[in-house]
Amino acid sequence: MPDSNAAPRRVDGSRPPNPLFRNLTSKLAALPMVLTALVVFIGCTGWTIVHSFTGSKLLPKLNWVGFDQYEKLWNTRRWLISIENLALYGIFSLCFTLVIGFTLAALLDRKIRFEAAFRTIFLYPFALSFIVTGLVWQWILNPDLGIQHVVRSMGFTGFEFDPLYNASIVLYGLLIAGLWQGTGFVMVIMLAGLRGIDEDVWKAARVDGIPVWKTYIRVIIPMMRPVFITALVVITSGIIKLYDLVVAMTAGGPGIASEVPAKYVYDRMFSSQNLGQGFAASTMMLLAVAIILIPWAYLEFGGKKHD
Amino acid sequence: MTDTRLTPASRLLEGPRGPKPTRRLSGRNIMLYGTLIVMAAYYALPLYVMVVTSLKGMPEIRMGNIFAPPVEITFEPWVKAWSEACTGINCDGLSRGFWNSVQILIPSVILSIAVASVNGYALSKWRFPGSEVFFTILMIGVFIPYQVMIYPIVILLRELGLYGSLWGLVLVHTIFGMPLLTLLFRNYFTSVPDELFKAARVDGAGFWGIYFRIMLPMALPILVVAMILQVTGIWNDFLFGVIYTKPEIYPMTVQLNNIVNSVQGVKEYNVNMAATLLTGLVPLTIYFVSGKLFVRGIAAGAVKG
Amino acid sequence: MHSVSIRSLDLAFGSVKVLKDLDLDIHDGEFLVLLGSSGCGKSTLLNCIAGLLDPTDGQIFIKERNVTWLEPSERGIGMVFQSYALYPQMSVEGNLSFGLKNAGLPKAEIAERVARAAKILQIEPLLKRKPGALSGGQRQRVAIGRALVRDVDVFLFDEPLSNLDAKLRADLRVEIKRLHQKLENTMIYVTHDQVEAMTLADRIAIMKGGQIMQLDTPAEIYNRPRNRYVAGFIGSPSMNFLDGGLSDGVFETGGERFDISGYPFEGAATGPAEMGIRPEHVATGHDLDGLPIQADVTVELVEPMGSDTQVWTTLAGQSFRFRMDGQAEIRDGDTIRIGIDPTKASFFDKKSELRL
Repeated sequence: MPDSNAAPRRVDGSRPPNPLFRNLTSKLAALPMVLTALVVFIGCTGWTIVHSFTGSKLLPKLNWVGFDQYEKLWNTRRWLISIENLALYGIFSLCFTLVIGFTLAALLDRKIRFEAAFRTIFLYPFALSFIVTGLVWQWILNPDLGIQHVVRSMGFTGFEFDPLYNASIVLYGLLIAGLWQGTGFVMVIMLAGLRGIDEDVWKAARVDGIPVWKTYIRVIIPMMRPVFITALVVITSGIIKLYDLVVAMTAGGPGIASEVPAKYVYDRMFSSQNLGQGFAASTMMLLAVAIILIPWAYLEFGGKKHD
Repeated sequence: MTDTRLTPASRLLEGPRGPKPTRRLSGRNIMLYGTLIVMAAYYALPLYVMVVTSLKGMPEIRMGNIFAPPVEITFEPWVKAWSEACTGINCDGLSRGFWNSVQILIPSVILSIAVASVNGYALSKWRFPGSEVFFTILMIGVFIPYQVMIYPIVILLRELGLYGSLWGLVLVHTIFGMPLLTLLFRNYFTSVPDELFKAARVDGAGFWGIYFRIMLPMALPILVVAMILQVTGIWNDFLFGVIYTKPEIYPMTVQLNNIVNSVQGVKEYNVNMAATLLTGLVPLTIYFVSGKLFVRGIAAGAVKG
Repeated sequence: MHSVSIRSLDLAFGSVKVLKDLDLDIHDGEFLVLLGSSGCGKSTLLNCIAGLLDPTDGQIFIKERNVTWLEPSERGIGMVFQSYALYPQMSVEGNLSFGLKNAGLPKAEIAERVARAAKILQIEPLLKRKPGALSGGQRQRVAIGRALVRDVDVFLFDEPLSNLDAKLRADLRVEIKRLHQKLENTMIYVTHDQVEAMTLADRIAIMKGGQIMQLDTPAEIYNRPRNRYVAGFIGSPSMNFLDGGLSDGVFETGGERFDISGYPFEGAATGPAEMGIRPEHVATGHDLDGLPIQADVTVELVEPMGSDTQVWTTLAGQSFRFRMDGQAEIRDGDTIRIGIDPTKASFFDKKSELRL
C-alpha cells in the first residue's frame, strides 16, 4: 500500500537530526521572543545598570565614577521629594483602591438591579488614558472655575480646595484622579473573585447565623487571598510607573511638589542631559520593584515548580 | 501566572453570589443604592463635565458653573480642537495627532498580535529546550519599569535607523506588548487539545500549516480580546510616543497634552475639553461597544503593570 | 514480514524513564493491542511509533524502513485519537481531505478517496457538516475516516472509544473489528479496557512501567499469564492469590495442603510461591466430582449480578472470591463446598513473580 502522504518523502530516518535543527521553523518563529527577552529585557536593563556607575552626561560613556551618581541622587531634594510623593501616593492609592474596589464589587454582588449599568459606569475611566484623566481633573479642580468656585458660589465662601495650586495637598488631587481612573479595574478583579466563591459558602454562613459583614471579613476575604494578591501586584506596579498623570495634571508642580521618580528619570535623561543621574534613578526604581516583587514571587511560586 | 485569570473573568457574566437584599424599601436597601449612586456620580461626573464644557462658549464658562448644562450649545470648540488648536509648534489642531495615532496604531496592533500569537503557539505546542526560560524572562519583563529600558532602546533604534520614525515606535509597542499578549495566547493555545495538534502533524501539516489552518481559526475570540487590549493600550500611550517619535508624528495623546498644557495664549477650556474628549473617544467607543470582551481583556491582562 | 519493529527503544522525560529497552515485532496485517493501566507507557509507545515523540534511544522500523527520525506524515501511519481531534472549523469533508491536501494530491483523487472512505464508514450524509454538529459516534467515525483516506500502512488507535458511552462503545468496537477484517491493515490499538483488548486483538501486549510484561494471544494471556502482574491484571473479577509454599506436588497455604500433582510445571517447583485461581474456575455442586482440591468455606458476602453471583469468603485464612450461577440460592453465613482444578490454576514464584 503506497503512502502518498509525505510529499518529499525521505526514505531513511535512521540518523537522528542535529538537535539544534530539530523543528527549526518553530525556533526561528520564536526568534523575536528570544531577542526581546535577551536584548531588551536583559540586555537593556543590564546596560542601564552598568551605565548608572558612569559619569555619562549628554552621551553614555564608560567613565566609571563608582557610586557617585547614587550619592548625588540621594542628596538631590527633587529626588527625595519624588520618593516621598511616590511613597505617600502609593500607600494611599493602595489602601483606597483595595477598599473602594472591594466595596464596589461587594455592593454589585448583592443581586442588585442595574448591575451592568453600574459596572459600565465604574469601569469606563479605565479605558481612558492618564493624559485624558489628568486633563479632565485639572479642569474640574480649577480653583477659579471648577469645584471650589461652584461650592463657593453656593454660599460657602470660605471653602478652599485647590490641590493643583497648593503644594501641601497636590497629592490628593492626583489621588482623586488616579483612583477615578483605576478603581473600576480593581473592582472587576474583585467581582470576578467574588463570583468565583462557591454559593454554598453563603448558604453555610446563613445556616450558621453569621451576619453578612462578618461573613465578608472572616470568610470571603480570606478565601479571596489570590485575588487580593493579583490586585496588589497590579496596583503596585502601576504606582511605580506613575508618570503620565503627573505630566498631564500638574507637570510636577506647584514648584516641585508633585514630582515622581519616573518623571525625574525622564527629565534627567531627555531634558537636562544628565544621563548618569537618569540611569541611577531608574536603577533605584528597578530595585524598588525587586524589593516588592521578589518576596511575592517567592511566596507565590517558591517551592512549587512553575510550569 | 496561569490561565486562572481568564476563568474568573468569564464568571463575571454569571449571576451575583452575594446575599440577596430584601425586596422592600428597607434602610439597608437605601444605603446600598445610595452608596452606589453616589459612587456612580463620582465616576460619571468627569465625562459629563467634559461634554458640557466642550459645548459651551468661553464667556459662558467664565461666568458660570462647570456642572451647569450649556445655555447655548456651540460646536465651535470641537471644530477648533480638531483643526485649529495650537500645540506650540503648529496650529493645525488634533487632527494631525489623530492620523498619526491611527498610523501608529494599525501596524503596531497587527505586528504585536502576529508576533505574540506565534510566540504563544510555539510556547504551547512546539516547546524546545530553553523555551520556558525565555518565557519566564518575558514574564519578569512585565514588571521591569520602562524607565530602566527606555534609553538603551533609543540607542538600539538609532543603530537600526528607526529612531524618531513611526516604525521605531511600532517596534517598541510590539516589544512591550509582547509579554502580556504572549501569555494570553500561550494560555489560549495550551487549552487547545494536544491531540488536535498531533492529528494535524500526522496529516502532514508543519509549523505554519498548523498555525494558519488549525490554530488561528480557532483563536478568533482571543484575537478580539488581544485587539481590544492593544488598541486601547497603544492609543493611550504617552511615554513611548514622546520618547521615540518626532513632533511631526507625535501621537494624539502627546499632542493633546501639548495643546492643553501649552503656556502660550489664553486658556480655552472648552476647546481643551473638546480635544480631551476627542482623544478619549476611540478607547471609549471600543469600551462601550465591546463591553464583555473588554472586561475579559483587561482581566486577562491583570498582570500588566 | 514484520510491519512494525521496535528495537531497544528508550524514552525518558528528564530523569523519568517512560520506556525501557523495549522490543516489539508486529506482523503484517496484525491487530495488536497495547494494554495497561495509566502511566504504563502504552500511549507513549504509540506516540513514538507515530513520530509525535522523539525516543531517547533505539530504532523504529515500519515496513522494514527505519523511520525513527522521520516526521509523522512520512511514516505511512494514520492515527485515531481519544478526543477525536477533529478540526472544529472544517467540515467533515475538510477534515478528511486535510492530510491529502497537505500531501499535494490532485483534486480529483482527493475527492475520490474521500468518497470511498465516506462510503466505507457510512458517513456520506455528514460530509458537509461541521464536527460540532455530529454525535460522539459519528465524530469517531470521521476520525477513523481521516486515517482511512490516507491509505496508510499502519493504523494507530489511541484509546479511541474511551469518550463514548457503553452502548456506543460496544457498537463501534464491532465496527473497528469489521474494518480490520476488510482492510487487513496492521493496526495498533492502545486501551486500558481489557474487554476491548480481548475482543479485538490478534495479540495483546501487556505493559507496565515502560516494559512489555507479556505479548501473546488473548487466550494465552488469559490461560497462561506469564507473571503475577499479568495474572492479576487480566480477568474481571480478578484472580485470587493464595500465599504459600511449593514442595513436591503439594501446595501448602494457611495450614492447608493442596494436591497439585496434575499441574504442568515448567521447571523445578519448590519454595515460596503464590497460587492463582480465577473466580470463574472455582467449582461447586456437581462439578466438584474428582477435583483433587476441595474445601468447605463460609459465605461472607454475596453480590448478585444477574447472570452470575460473586461470593466472598475465606480460604486457607486468606480472602477468596468465586463465581456461581446467577440462579444459585445462597446467603451470608451458609457453608458451601468448593473445588479447584489445579491444571486451571497458575503458580508464581514468590520472589521473581514469574510463572512456574
